Amino acid sequence: MSESVIIAETNKGSIASVTAEMVSAAIALGTTPTVVVPCTDASIADSAGFEGVSKTIAVKGDCFTNYDASSWAAAIDAAAPAGIIIAAASPQSKDLAARIAARRGISVVQDVVAIDGMNLTSPIYSGKAMQTVAISGNVAISVRANIFQPAGATAANVSVVDQSGDVATAVQEIIARASTRLDVSEANIIISGGRGMGSPDNFSHLEKIADTIGAAVGASRAAVDTWDEIPHSMQVGQTGKTVNPNLYIAVGISGAIQHLAGMRSSKYIVAVNKDADAPIFAHADYGIVATWEEALPVLESAFSSMMA
Amino acid sequence: MPNIVVLVKRVPDTNARIVVNGNRVDLSAVKWVISPYDEFAIETALQHKEAEGGTVTALTLGPAEADKILKDAKAIGVDEIVRVWDDSWSDLDSNGIQSALSQAISNLGAEVVYCGKTAADTGAGSTGPGIAEKLGWASVSNITNASFGGGITVTTPVEGGSANVSVSGNAVISCDKGNMKVRKPNVKGIMMAKRAQVSVVSADAPTPSVTIVSQTPPPAKPAGKKFEGGSSAQEVARLLRDEANVI
Repeated sequence: MSESVIIAETNKGSIASVTAEMVSAAIALGTTPTVVVPCTDASIADSAGFEGVSKTIAVKGDCFTNYDASSWAAAIDAAAPAGIIIAAASPQSKDLAARIAARRGISVVQDVVAIDGMNLTSPIYSGKAMQTVAISGNVAISVRANIFQPAGATAANVSVVDQSGDVATAVQEIIARASTRLDVSEANIIISGGRGMGSPDNFSHLEKIADTIGAAVGASRAAVDTWDEIPHSMQVGQTGKTVNPNLYIAVGISGAIQHLAGMRSSKYIVAVNKDADAPIFAHADYGIVATWEEALPVLESAFSSMMA
Repeated sequence: MPNIVVLVKRVPDTNARIVVNGNRVDLSAVKWVISPYDEFAIETALQHKEAEGGTVTALTLGPAEADKILKDAKAIGVDEIVRVWDDSWSDLDSNGIQSALSQAISNLGAEVVYCGKTAADTGAGSTGPGIAEKLGWASVSNITNASFGGGITVTTPVEGGSANVSVSGNAVISCDKGNMKVRKPNVKGIMMAKRAQVSVVSADAPTPSVTIVSQTPPPAKPAGKKFEGGSSAQEVARLLRDEANVI
């Protein structure tokens, strides 16, 4: 059986749930995975044990304090065995996977959503089509979250490798987001507004629901282009962020092709739109034909009582 | 004064409908454009030149059809336009593309490379960091702002916010939109672009280890449940909890 190397995804200093999903991807590829945990404190690797994984390597180094692509790639490459590299398809880990692949002289396949033997499927044109490729030999891949079944947790068999890397960039200043709300690229639930919201002030109704259920607030391109108050960082779509949360709630968004391209792979989609013929409904698991003024207060109070 | 390269890619317009014919996408009817994020890379490269002097060369990999987007870049204001290609290439994988581009970048004597954060066709975002690794350079991806003067300082997203990061030495920097407004071609630029010559250079690319098997339409989603009226939001909330298990 050939080998693979899973680069653990970390979030706020702990192992992110997508790491367990990568184990299933490794097994689907017919490989025996080793989990590699980039860290400054090796104790976080203790929770990186999974069924089907016999080895966890904590790669500990000062270079992992902040993300610096070249030193991370160098340090992980030095500590990880040969094999297929598997990373999460987060913006940072896709970047890292590409660098490690180039370092090893191998190719990279990003955003994998299905594995069949050595055939890997990823969305192209932001999900307007799917592409299946065949791989031969070692490659690096990144896998989308919320696709593969998470492997069960078990005790980790951790070895610690101290590794330094020459940091090529210097962080001058970290600017915390003004709100504590998640960014759309980090969230498992997203509620997005379109031009149907009528004015940027009305996004406060989306924010209220977002705070109730721990969601991020997104926006369509039409909303971002129309209102200066709605920043591009909120934009979901082919020219914004591609997201695949567990739940995507689209409010006052008609469903332009370039918006659909950025969110259609979400696990569940709810659409609220007053136009029963809006294209977004063809992609919604649950559609509500109503104005946002009618639907959002009801949704907010229902969620509030569930969360209470 | 910096020798600046900006990578550009020819892609279908993001408003284009993507049609699949016989296991391959059929792009015969689409309008081709510079990949949207590459426009922010061109803008950043031109701002860098305005701050520190030097030259900006737009570089693409592709067949002769890609000359059009190089001329579009010329019309916006880049100095030189270069295309790397070998007629024996078809469906290069990421290792091949990065190898060829990094050779061309080395031969141009570049010190800093700007590119879009992802291309609108693959959405992969592999080329910038991959080239940086092959060149042994630093890389910073997905930047939303750049400032110049005694080095480059960029703003890049980090968990919980963003960071201002300074880059010294040679680097590949991939650009997100941020709050950037891109300049449009002016009449003089368009006239100059018409006369501009594309330099075509060659490079070596390794044999692909990733080959395309098929391209297919996205899987159709089973019809969802549709409700009338705002009060149905109560029922939808219940289904999200009890049926979908996502709340």
